Amino acid sequence: MACAASTEVRPFDLDACWRLNPQVAVRPERFGAMLYHFGTRRLSFCKNTTIAAVITSLDAHESARGACVAAGIADEELGPYERALQVLAESGTIVLAQASA
Amino acid sequence: MTTLELGDGRIGEPSPVSGTHPLRLIDQFELGLDAPICLTWELTYACNLACVHCLSSSGRRDPRELTTAECKAVIDELQAMQVFYVNIGGGEPTVRADFWEIVDYATAHQVGVKFSTNGSRITPEVAQRLAASDYVDVQISLDGATADVNDQVRGHGSYATAITAMENLFAAGFSGFKISVVVTRQNISQLDAFEALARRYEAQLRLTRLRPSGRGADVWNELHPTASQQRELYDWLVVHGERVLTGDSFFHLAAYGDALPGLNLCGAGRVVCLIDPVGDVFACPFAIHDEFLAGNVRSPGGFAEVWRTSELFARLRSPSGGGACASCGAYDSCRGGCMAAKFFTGLPLDGPDPECVQGYGEQALTRVAAGTAPKPSLDHSVVRQRSSRPGQGAPLRSSGSPSRQCNENPLAATPLAIPTRRKAVN
Repeated sequence: MACAASTEVRPFDLDACWRLNPQVAVRPERFGAMLYHFGTRRLSFCKNTTIAAVITSLDAHESARGACVAAGIADEELGPYERALQVLAESGTIVLAQASA
Repeated sequence: MTTLELGDGRIGEPSPVSGTHPLRLIDQFELGLDAPICLTWELTYACNLACVHCLSSSGRRDPRELTTAECKAVIDELQAMQVFYVNIGGGEPTVRADFWEIVDYATAHQVGVKFSTNGSRITPEVAQRLAASDYVDVQISLDGATADVNDQVRGHGSYATAITAMENLFAAGFSGFKISVVVTRQNISQLDAFEALARRYEAQLRLTRLRPSGRGADVWNELHPTASQQRELYDWLVVHGERVLTGDSFFHLAAYGDALPGLNLCGAGRVVCLIDPVGDVFACPFAIHDEFLAGNVRSPGGFAEVWRTSELFARLRSPSGGGACASCGAYDSCRGGCMAAKFFTGLPLDGPDPECVQGYGEQALTRVAAGTAPKPSLDHSVVRQRSSRPGQGAPLRSSGSPSRQCNENPLAATPLAIPTRRKAVN
């Protein structure tokens, strides 16, 4: 299956090209954002506006790292964001570009 | 990862990025959001069953029901507000002639749908249609894992109807539909049996709390779990909680110790609400009473205006001190319990829940004078059996289907009584 790769549990690849799953809607909130996956009916929360900005700008970047840099996240601050992206990848909220194509 | 459920959606909380915002998520929710996360929408009060505990006292159609066009206008608003999904119920929503038109309109406008049904219209054809959609989820109501327990509450033959619907969904390949159970004194020993049923049909079990709302007020004394059963339920949920949905309805049990999976928060008027068949907006599905009426979607400004400017909702979103519960060590866990459960048992809203696990609710109930608990503001029951009020020892039995004609067509066959119009509070 083409999309199987996107749901494998493995270390998050910050340098890969990630996209927001087309089945996911993002609603901005004062605390960050809510994300709803229409396929799995799962609701997720971004607890600050920076991670929300990263997720909504993935499409404009060749890599997740690029989106993080553009959102003003310094290298030494990447850790928690990388883990957040990992969890979102495991739930299929974000998918590898080639897998979603 | 914490998985949460609120009003039926699975909620994951994946972003460990915290600390930059001074408030926890739950505190944010207590203050209310600019739009509900999801809401319950009762499409009709018409129903071909007459469950003894019906929270909306359903039976007859209300002639002032929102028209198809008005329903679509509500959906347009929900789309604009990015309300991700609606939990459609009733009454039996599928009896509306335009039910599928409304569902299709919602899903075409990025508003997901989960609807609750007694299963009577889930034919093999309907099941196939449902299985083909990613955006529609189905919830079959069942209040006993066996026909005898279920039919006592939901009416003769209702168990068989629900099972047939489940078989049809299973055969159509619709996996993951919900079996929705109101936990009662009579079925609490069947939790494992319910889970077995869910496994058999590749469904997911959903357990919710019995509220003394609607006709539920008449039977609450006979049906609500005993104190020891509440403990049993809590222990069961601690073990099985990640696999079952709860509509986040058992947060009062968190006072036993560990919080159960879920938001552990009353979302009424803060992150959820109810739209009733005539467009009235209430704080929650269990609070159909003037006291909790925020406005009507037909008023200028529509639903969005009600959500954003209702004085009632503003009050619900303002911090409360905990009232009589403030000095209780468990208050941080249970947050005083369910507003509707207190209201319809005659307890003050700033005191303990009637099912407070510390026993304070039971004590408080002894101080409520007989007959003083508020009655629902409206009643669409076909036959109201008030006889089972506490102390009168009336039979706990559904009158079953209101009439044979109603089985064929509840919309056409039912006399249309017009309940007293309520005043909308804006």
